[in-house]
Amino acid sequence: MSAPVPPGLADDLDLRGLILRRETLLAAALVLLLAAIALRFPAFVTASSLGGVFNDSAILIIMALGQAAVLLTRSVDLSVAANVALTGMAVALIDAHHVLPLGLTILAAPVLGLLLGAFNGLLVWRLGMPPIVVTLGTLTIYRGFAFVLSGGAWINSFQFSPSFLALPRTEWLGVPVLSWIALAVAAAASLVLGRTAAGRGWFAVGGNPIAAAYAGIDPGRSRFFAFCFSGMLSGLCGYLWVARYAVAYVDLASGFELDVIAACVIGGVSIAGGIGSVTGAVLGSLFLGTIKNALPVVNVSPFAQMAISGTIIIAAVALNTRAERRRGRIILRPVGPQAAE
Amino acid sequence: MALQQTTARVIPDRLLGPIGRSAIRWETLLLALAAAIFLANALASPYFLDIWNLSDATFNFTEKAIIALALAFVVMAGEIDLSMGGTIALASTAMGEAAVLGLSTSALVAVGLGVGGACGLVNGVLIARLGLPSIMATIGTMSLYRGLSYLALGDGVLKDYPAAFGWFGQGYVWQALSFEFACFLVLAVVAGLVLHRTVFGRAVRAIGNNAFAARFSGLPDERIRMILFLLTGLAAGLAAVMLTSRLGSTRPSIALGWELDVVTIVVLGGVSIQGGSGTIPGVVLAAFVLGLVTYGLGLLNVPGIIMSIVVGAMLIGTIALPILAGRILAARRRP
Repeated sequence: MSAPVPPGLADDLDLRGLILRRETLLAAALVLLLAAIALRFPAFVTASSLGGVFNDSAILIIMALGQAAVLLTRSVDLSVAANVALTGMAVALIDAHHVLPLGLTILAAPVLGLLLGAFNGLLVWRLGMPPIVVTLGTLTIYRGFAFVLSGGAWINSFQFSPSFLALPRTEWLGVPVLSWIALAVAAAASLVLGRTAAGRGWFAVGGNPIAAAYAGIDPGRSRFFAFCFSGMLSGLCGYLWVARYAVAYVDLASGFELDVIAACVIGGVSIAGGIGSVTGAVLGSLFLGTIKNALPVVNVSPFAQMAISGTIIIAAVALNTRAERRRGRIILRPVGPQAAE
Repeated sequence: MALQQTTARVIPDRLLGPIGRSAIRWETLLLALAAAIFLANALASPYFLDIWNLSDATFNFTEKAIIALALAFVVMAGEIDLSMGGTIALASTAMGEAAVLGLSTSALVAVGLGVGGACGLVNGVLIARLGLPSIMATIGTMSLYRGLSYLALGDGVLKDYPAAFGWFGQGYVWQALSFEFACFLVLAVVAGLVLHRTVFGRAVRAIGNNAFAARFSGLPDERIRMILFLLTGLAAGLAAVMLTSRLGSTRPSIALGWELDVVTIVVLGGVSIQGGSGTIPGVVLAAFVLGLVTYGLGLLNVPGIIMSIVVGAMLIGTIALPILAGRILAARRRP
């Protein structure tokens, strides 16, 4: 940055350049990863195989976009996977017992998810509880209610109506509806984040909640909407998950919240709030999804997957931390060894 | 006449008397809760008040409570550690492999504690030295540690433990007092003394209150946070020794999801998740509350997943209710 730019503005411009660089870096890493796999297994990078990878990552993409909104506001939603399990179980039961017509059944998923997200959001907004505590609690409660609803029973593929299961698989222009939904959610998310007051508010609240409050944005209310957004998308994924795998059970998507957060962090969404983008979250999900799909292809034991994603998360967080530190605001630099200790 | 009024005015430095103050303390609330649950359990099940049953009941939460004692310090310093479950899996796997090699019981314990400490040290380096946010770094190491365990074991199981090794999880020190529970009581006293009676304990809370100010006051905050993560790793290593000894076998899925239970104990114990405040008696009482609830529900044949609803609701309820009650009281006073 040249000298005459005021410091605040310089920060802003630098930040934008940084995200841009982050995304190009990530896209390059993704291309490199694919190239490395292609060297030994050219079949992996054919159009149909890559389409399969995208389709496999679709649910992760949708949920990462919801989580990104929450992370932007300096919060975290650990209940997303439990939300998937509960809404998935609920719509599976509705469908298996033919309570509602198909359209309403599917619509029930995002609505129920929205309500679950709103409950998180209300506790955070109205009671001022720390988001990590709230969602840690609702994580066990929501999954517990999936058990209460089903009595621990599984809903298997023969109990579903065929059209309920077929929708995500139906192809339109050669691409499955599941992938289309992910693309549509990504487009909608970039509109919400970039072009609406609510979305800009999430950035403002995460960047500096006090400044946001002075600017007339209620940080609590803003967080509430972010939780609603995340909950709604998780609920949608509840239906998509159950329909795609044609089964609903209590432990569905268990531990998936960590994958979702990992995808966000790999995509450059800062856990400290205020930094992140739709492109980043999508690329982060694709990166994680590609690795998961490629492991069996390159003959790595599936048991190695967890260790690999752990390493990637740590590396991505380390990268984020280095990038964010450059923003400055350190007024006391460690001098000499005793300060650094 | 204005003078008369000013002289008569006394401003109390505290709004409540000593009894009133202790009555609204978090620990008193927890104690009342624990007593109520104890009473309800005793009434609900005739098997509850058996000394051996009660002793058995402690096994379910002692290992988690031991980690909670260490995690309380981490949380009070404004950080969090979610990698304990992974640490237990890795430490247990290492002990299992060492047992296959024929190591003695004391060597196995050393391996467990050593691996736990090493895991904690890695967390400490990532967070205190490299400056990574603790929640993300430990979500990463949680996958990494358990992932390494999966890599080593796959879907296998290790169970070649020497017979003497079983004492740490199944042995009794005196009558119905198990080694695990005795260990927890001793560690709780040590943790309480360190937190409430030493410079180190004050330093931990000072860092949690304001890490910046603590550094300006000359506290070695990096080193202290490093020590805290090391201690949490060691506690997880100790829990791994006890759990492995109690189960007599190791699978990579051992202690899955424990981090949530341990964090619940710490938060329920009144430790502020934002750091800076908390007490060890609170954490100990919270461990008892959770242990009593799960044991009592178990006696009533309530499935485990319903218990987790109760635990989750308690976590939210115990924090939300005082806030709500305070608001209602304030609203009533105002008119």
